[in-house]
Amino acid sequence: MVSANTDYTYNSKIEGDVIVSKADAVVNWIRTHSMWPMPMGLACCAIELMASGAARHDISRFGAEVMRFSPRQSDVMIVSGTVTYKMATAVRRIYDQMAAPRWVIAMGACASSGGMYRSYATLQGVDRIIPVDVYVSGCPPRPEALLDALIKLQQQVRREPALTNLLKPEA
Amino acid sequence: MPAVIEISTLTARFPQVSARPSGDCPAFNVPASVLLEVMRFLRDEQGFDLLTDITGMDWGVNASPRFGVIYHLVTTKSYDVIRLATECTATEPPAVPSVVSIWPAAEWHEREAYDFFGIRFEGHPDLRRILMWDSYPHHPLRKDFPLAGIETPLPDDEIQAETGTKVMPAPMAGGPFVAPQQDFVSKREPRARDESWNEKKPKPGS
Repeated sequence: MVSANTDYTYNSKIEGDVIVSKADAVVNWIRTHSMWPMPMGLACCAIELMASGAARHDISRFGAEVMRFSPRQSDVMIVSGTVTYKMATAVRRIYDQMAAPRWVIAMGACASSGGMYRSYATLQGVDRIIPVDVYVSGCPPRPEALLDALIKLQQQVRREPALTNLLKPEA
Repeated sequence: MPAVIEISTLTARFPQVSARPSGDCPAFNVPASVLLEVMRFLRDEQGFDLLTDITGMDWGVNASPRFGVIYHLVTTKSYDVIRLATECTATEPPAVPSVVSIWPAAEWHEREAYDFFGIRFEGHPDLRRILMWDSYPHHPLRKDFPLAGIETPLPDDEIQAETGTKVMPAPMAGGPFVAPQQDFVSKREPRARDESWNEKKPKPGS
């Protein structure tokens, strides 16, 4: 009879009460697993953003289910939709109110490049006013694409020198 | 089908009103000078108690009069629609009397027409822009306004200073982009009408 191995995680009886790691790795591990989104839903991409939060796609598998409508409590702004020039100033103000560290996902064609709206009223890509970390293609992108962007962002955050960034003022 | 309202009903009272060619509902040309009286007559005595739409019109840079306003009225008894067209009195700024005193619903419609065409509605209680921001200097649905836009400051000076960006003309690159109306939908990728120029290669003759 083979008994099941119950040692899933760290076992202090075997390995002692100490874990050796790098501070960056620990900080980034914490950050990547609870990125609270600021849902900047501006057009039809926001519907897909809602779908990725719902049961079928379940964004909480990646620790990003806590949609915060307060910029003070959120880590990653998901710009989902067409950014008009009139709204662009509000988007920038909300971004400015987010506490560092903060990241931005440009979801869909409109947020990334203006999309099909080549007109006087539409900002041609939200990266003209805020720094974007991940762009998602699609019109609108499927929820899987947004989840993929989130995973890409997590990979990116894992490589960040978190401690060095903590000590230096944000550019 | 009997006509909703005969032109004679209107001309008997207002000789300035004339019939207007129309493919669907009855339509009339109404000079701006009698617009309010005609509207009040239609609402109080002919039962057109619902204003569904106000459209600003720019008939072209060289047209005279250049600007007009079109109203659609509905009677909620038989759900018949009529159309009234009026011409703006002055050219710059074009003006017509406001019908807000007759239909409060006109308030936002008139603000929209003012926003996009610069038509002044005399007597409007609060004639501000409704979609573009208050300091926007142009009226973007006029025929002489380019679709891509004109460089203007952002609505917020502080954010313009911080981001160093402005309202820039959108890259048209031969656009506007249209999908050809033949073949399967999967093959109808939107294309520029004139692909001989783009961001790198300037438009010939400009």
